Amino acid sequence: MSDTADDLKQTPLHGLHLELGGRMVPFAGYAMPVQYPAGIMAEHQQTRSAAGLFDVSHMGQVTLSDGGDGSAAAAALEALVPADVQGLAPGRSRYSFFTNDAGGILDDLMITRRPDGLFLVVNAACKDADLAHLQAGLAGKAEVRMDETAGLLALQGPAAAAVLSRLAPEVAEMSFMTQIEVVLEGAPCRVSRSGYTGEDGYEIAVPGAAAEALARRLLAEPEVEAIGLGARDSLRLEAGLCLYGHDIDATTTPVEAGLTWAIQKRRREEGGFPGAEVIQRQLAEGPARRRVGLRPEGRAPVREGAELQDGQGAVVGRVTSGGFGPSVGAPVAMGYLEAGLAAPETAVTALVRGRELPCRVAKLPFAPHRYHRG
Amino acid sequence: MSKLHFTDDHEWIRLEGDVATVGITDYAQEQLGDVVFVELPEAGTALEKGKEAATVESVKAASEIYAPLDGEVTEANAALADDPAKVNSDPQGEGWFFKMTLADSSQLDSLMDEAAYKAFVETL
Repeated sequence: MSDTADDLKQTPLHGLHLELGGRMVPFAGYAMPVQYPAGIMAEHQQTRSAAGLFDVSHMGQVTLSDGGDGSAAAAALEALVPADVQGLAPGRSRYSFFTNDAGGILDDLMITRRPDGLFLVVNAACKDADLAHLQAGLAGKAEVRMDETAGLLALQGPAAAAVLSRLAPEVAEMSFMTQIEVVLEGAPCRVSRSGYTGEDGYEIAVPGAAAEALARRLLAEPEVEAIGLGARDSLRLEAGLCLYGHDIDATTTPVEAGLTWAIQKRRREEGGFPGAEVIQRQLAEGPARRRVGLRPEGRAPVREGAELQDGQGAVVGRVTSGGFGPSVGAPVAMGYLEAGLAAPETAVTALVRGRELPCRVAKLPFAPHRYHRG
Repeated sequence: MSKLHFTDDHEWIRLEGDVATVGITDYAQEQLGDVVFVELPEAGTALEKGKEAATVESVKAASEIYAPLDGEVTEANAALADDPAKVNSDPQGEGWFFKMTLADSSQLDSLMDEAAYKAFVETL
């Protein structure tokens, strides 16, 4: 770790992570806290029972502007993603993905319509490629700008709304997948009611210079603790949410991944995004494989890469994310299975260290979503 | 009090008579984080020094535990099946992994004593 630490980028909260005893690990080119002294299990439970504060400043924050009201940028972005971006009202957000010509996923992202353009949040590991992809795809139609200095905090959990309302009462009434501009601790922020844990909560884009003061203010609230990447992963896995590069990638289509809810009706019919023919055909005929939840029997976790077999020993799929679900109290996993085996309760076998571990296909999410739908 | 031996893979070995009890150190459990599952070798398993002997799973990852010495497993800690968190709460006591006989007790000479292990951990 120490020999590469010098090459790693730091978020605006780096000093705070060290002060809090965060165990820093390399992640997508950044030094990030995988956990704090409380540990992943306690941090996970903290988020499910009260509130957790996550530093997600490594993610890419991209603004698209067209010099007008954003409708030209919205129309142009539709050439790269299958979401109905033009139908997105100002202040509303949608989950989407950049697709390739084979219908595979280049990255997943959040798109928010602003009164003067679009605001995107993309994955840290993909952000340089995404920026180039956007600049090439939107050339002459919209200006693409990535803010490398801004902070991004996520406040997640059943107490998140009560906590953030103390700083700005207007956030209490926000619905899931909306965004407003709010001044928090004197800094102009973009607050979204969204997250990656399955819990109610917010994602807060904050100027880099103000990020630490805001984080300290939130951590001073009795319900809030700092949460690392380890618990972020176990929380999103229990919530059945995809991790790019694992559960979805350039070789998986949105239909296979069970993300067709993010392709709105007009786009399904009209196409006009990369890989539309493949995706439309899979929508009509059904995909050959599907992303599923898996519940291993017993206590042994089944992790990414484990092969899945049917009763005859034929390889029928592969695990893409797996671990122990602290709220479930048992191991949980996600993976791809041949479509005929994707129904809940289907029995399959995972190969772990040469041993056959029985698993059952399970409905996702493992832990119920508790979004504030307003 | 029987003497403790340590490996640079962060295992401890306590020799009582002919039988060595093996577990992982406090430093190791701290590094692993919350342990959720331990896969242990069955009694009768022949162990070869430096080869895989057990697997410990934390929330985040699986880690291999290597045999500290040549020998044969006489008993695995059955209590870890129901309560793997004992590895975190009492790594050098109730969180032991397995007991083994030694094929060659002179192999113990290559291990560290407690003072040497402490000094080793401080260099990490």
